[in-house]
Amino acid sequence: MALNKLVADAKIALEGVQNDMTFMVGGFGLCGIPENSISEMVNRGITGLTCISNNAGVDDFGLGLLLQGKQIKKMISSYVGENDEFERQMLSGELEVDLIPQGSLAERCRAGGAGIPAFYTPAGYGTEVAEGKEVRVFDGKPHILEAALHADFAFVKAWKGDTAGNLIYKATAKNFNPLMAMAGKITVAEVEILVPAGELDPNQIHTPGVFVQRIFQGTDYQKRIERVTTRSKS
Amino acid sequence: MLSKDQIAQRIAQELQNNWYVNLGIGIPTLVANHIPEGIDVEFQSENGILGMGPFPFEGEEDADLINAGKQTITALPGATYFDSATSFAMIRGKHVQLTVLGAMEVAQNGDIANWKIPGRMVKGMGGAMDLVASAENIIVAMMHTNKRGESKLLEKCSLPLTGVNCVTRIVTNMAVLEVKDNAFYLIERAPGVSVADIEAATAGTLVVDGDVPEMKL
Repeated sequence: MALNKLVADAKIALEGVQNDMTFMVGGFGLCGIPENSISEMVNRGITGLTCISNNAGVDDFGLGLLLQGKQIKKMISSYVGENDEFERQMLSGELEVDLIPQGSLAERCRAGGAGIPAFYTPAGYGTEVAEGKEVRVFDGKPHILEAALHADFAFVKAWKGDTAGNLIYKATAKNFNPLMAMAGKITVAEVEILVPAGELDPNQIHTPGVFVQRIFQGTDYQKRIERVTTRSKS
Repeated sequence: MLSKDQIAQRIAQELQNNWYVNLGIGIPTLVANHIPEGIDVEFQSENGILGMGPFPFEGEEDADLINAGKQTITALPGATYFDSATSFAMIRGKHVQLTVLGAMEVAQNGDIANWKIPGRMVKGMGGAMDLVASAENIIVAMMHTNKRGESKLLEKCSLPLTGVNCVTRIVTNMAVLEVKDNAFYLIERAPGVSVADIEAATAGTLVVDGDVPEMKL
């Protein structure tokens, strides 16, 4: 019998979140972000948060909403352009920011979930990113030691999911979601389409339900696009 | 002087058959519009797609399908989607043959700076540090000088580095240059641009070996 991870809504899914916790938040830009969980964090008014997320949303959406309310103390990200409030808080020193290379960020999340405490990577050698980190040469090339990342909660968004917590992502909305799902002490998944366990093809599942503690049916998805680029049919 | 689109056109001549290619934001993105006849390449975008296609037709945009520049895109037949760890495994593992990216500064030893201006602009490095640390072929696409008219080809970078000893080739609005032996080697001139013009616009060591041909576009 598949274990049941289903909870009724975002409110119940976020039970136990507290001030000063560390959260992972999936998504790349506004693509594949857990919109319902972010709204619920805003509603709860929790503060002093450390957020691990590739980006910080835009001024009025995504993690930008938590920044507006000054709920975030520290961001761990790879790219934080497109957000004026973020830049203002960072340059004024209100917000602590740890910028790390995107591939290292992804692998640090994966490592956290996979029980690998640290790994060597060539990315960032000889730059500010390497400051204070152990350097070791492999095959004549210097690498830096990067530590795994962990989180009290990981919030992820998938396209489809079942009551056992199995997840399927759509297109490039996959991005950091499967990695962060692995690394949360409590992983909360929200999905566009929720089905009973047994309805998804086991061959097609991206995140096995073992990594997910709570799953709920998301609502009112905006799925905003940062840069609409098109070509004409003529 | 070349336009940004012509810089992309010249870089496209460097593409080789059956290469996987990662294009950065800005001028590099334009390279996809100039793939030479008879050359098959597949584009990777580090947020998680191989087989990236052109922009969608109006009304067919999909919020779940974007590139690393957060632009809406399409997927070509045979495309795949993957998570960010897999994406950078492709990059670090040297499964992607060419990286094209922009830069604020390049040094004659191959160092590159393109992610931070202390106290002024801090957007982050995104995937650039992973890309330059691992790619075997790195082409920098940029203007030869900055908005203040200062050379972007330097003896030593003044801005925080993105990577060290990694850039092998630069295509600017004035020239094609190879980076080796701690110098910029002038390979080609843009149409109508003289060697003297390029020397004047290059702060680092420029090596001019014999007659330097004009680019063919």
